[in-house]
Amino acid sequence: MRQAEMAPDRLLKEGARQENVLLDVQGLTKHFPVKGSLDAFNRNRPSVKAVSNVSFQLFEGETFGLVGESGCGKSTTGRTLMRLIEPTEGKAIYRGKNIFEQSSKELRKTREEIQMVFQDPYSSLNPRKRIGSILQEPLIIHSIGKRNEHTDRVMDIMQKVGLLPEQYYRFPHEFSGGQRQRIGLARALIANPKLVICDEPVSALDVSIQSQIINLLKRMQGEFNLTYLFVAHDISVVRHISDRIGVMYLGNMVEVAPTDSLIQNPLHPYTKALLSAVPIPNPRIKRERIALKGEIPSPLNPPAGCVFHTRCPFATDRCKQEVPESREMAPGHTVACHLYD
Amino acid sequence: MNPEKLLEVKRLRTHFKTETGRVTAVDDVSFHVNKGEILGIVGESGCGKSVTSQSILRLFDEKYLVKYEGEIIFKNEIDLLKLSKAQMRQARGNEISMIFQDPLSSLNPVLTIGFQIAEAIMLHENTSKEEAMAQAVEMLRLTGIPSPEKRVHDYPHQLSGGMRQRVMIAMSLACKPRLLIADEPTTALDVTIQSQILDLIEDINKRFDMGVIFITHDLGVVAELCDRVVVMYLGQIVEEADIYNLFENPKHPYTKGLIQSIPHMDGDREEELHVIAGTVPSLENVPVGCRFAPRCQFADEQCNSQAPELRGIGDGQKVRCWHAEQIAERKEEVYATS
Repeated sequence: MRQAEMAPDRLLKEGARQENVLLDVQGLTKHFPVKGSLDAFNRNRPSVKAVSNVSFQLFEGETFGLVGESGCGKSTTGRTLMRLIEPTEGKAIYRGKNIFEQSSKELRKTREEIQMVFQDPYSSLNPRKRIGSILQEPLIIHSIGKRNEHTDRVMDIMQKVGLLPEQYYRFPHEFSGGQRQRIGLARALIANPKLVICDEPVSALDVSIQSQIINLLKRMQGEFNLTYLFVAHDISVVRHISDRIGVMYLGNMVEVAPTDSLIQNPLHPYTKALLSAVPIPNPRIKRERIALKGEIPSPLNPPAGCVFHTRCPFATDRCKQEVPESREMAPGHTVACHLYD
Repeated sequence: MNPEKLLEVKRLRTHFKTETGRVTAVDDVSFHVNKGEILGIVGESGCGKSVTSQSILRLFDEKYLVKYEGEIIFKNEIDLLKLSKAQMRQARGNEISMIFQDPLSSLNPVLTIGFQIAEAIMLHENTSKEEAMAQAVEMLRLTGIPSPEKRVHDYPHQLSGGMRQRVMIAMSLACKPRLLIADEPTTALDVTIQSQILDLIEDINKRFDMGVIFITHDLGVVAELCDRVVVMYLGQIVEEADIYNLFENPKHPYTKGLIQSIPHMDGDREEELHVIAGTVPSLENVPVGCRFAPRCQFADEQCNSQAPELRGIGDGQKVRCWHAEQIAERKEEVYATS
């Protein structure tokens, strides 16, 4: 195990924020061709524009939260970074190298350092394997350590994520949802990664279990000096865990800001509406909700100009034609909206 | 002034026959819903909240699967559990209706939504097909579906998730029921759509003075919508309180734990979230004493050996805990461990 220097992790994060960019995503685009359309050779074959020209950076040791509603492309973004889905365009620079151009051999090395935790811990664990061998697999694949040390390493990580040694020989179905998520996290951490992409890791869990896993994620981050890309739709969870948050709408990144800045001073009309719709567990607070009209347009045929203009209460003619550029309004707080030109 | 009771559930027990024996999913549950009130039922998966609501409508197979005990008194006169199959069918949809979490699997994919709403109307009221279709358009308009006269001819797959839930609500309201049971109706929806549906349910509740039982696991939704709440844990009600007491003065350690474990929009992000230790035991393996005792930080010998009853502790609040009063005073301590 790499022993992280015992600097308080808050200090570490502060220091890291300025310099060390761990992952630089530039202009990430993913279009899924629509299957079954007759004109397979036609160049203008229809496609689902899942992610369009998304750029952001991950700093070493931080948690970057990605929020948005279903179909906004947040999960696709996470998955393309692991190349579980091949991107259509763009770059993802990890330690000076573009992940999207790596050969499969290089990619294997990268995937040792970038791991993933999935939403449904049950369908992401092989039901026929015992926990011990599920957790050993990353060590074998990436040839980490000697074979006879593997059991010790597995025991070590199991203890760290709160699993008991006697559970080594159990099968996934013998565990509850929360424990399965602990196994999923252990599997991601055993290869000693730098970056962990968490795709809705607590969405399937009950409230009392959810808080256990969130605390565990935070604790592990401090212990292993991890960087998280945290994809989720629950804004209060993302707020709790993230240092910075990016808001996505219909495949576009509309706003990126440090957490407190985003929650207290949201700039984009969509972010404002989204935040106002989050139910607050306090019966004395009756807020004015910003009601959005209509529904999210189809990503097959997203609106021209600003993608949000069809539902935006402030849309002007310019929004219908011109795609807004991202601009920095405060330190680290960028927004893509014509209102701020 | 005593509000009129619309539905009263008395000592309801729902037993399921399983391969390994009898499982009591709902055990001694009593509560009531007043006319025009929104009652929340809160709890985590497996606590019996959905089984309770489906028992009210007797949706389970009574021949092979389930056995009910207790009484479910509707409008102070009818015991739903004593009705014949035919009488029960008359009550469903007409007097009491229900909406579910997943509207797509509750709608028939090969029939237009207009037909499905009209069908419900024709089943209970003596109307022609044309009248029923016209009423269906009105119901769609009422639930906020744009250009309803065109939409009645749509099939479920042509609508978005939020629209489908509106169709479900339109269908459940078609016969002007006195009670609407909503089982996690917004769980599958995005927050901006969820807030639209919550507004709609609140509006309907006010406009028709209709009682609503709203089942959810989301305390934020409860705070926005409900007047009164029952909290369930492992097949039993552990606490009943009005919405303000629930959040400001929770008496049961489980309720307290739940409220403290959700991340707040204005909480301290550096602090760890409160955790309820352990997991929910299985229904086949229910603890002898208080069902929450194995996870409770205040549990003592009495809790481990004797099961507490749900008891009133003033201000309409009820709690199933031996030590509720003492725990309530130890507020600081609870917060200190969070």
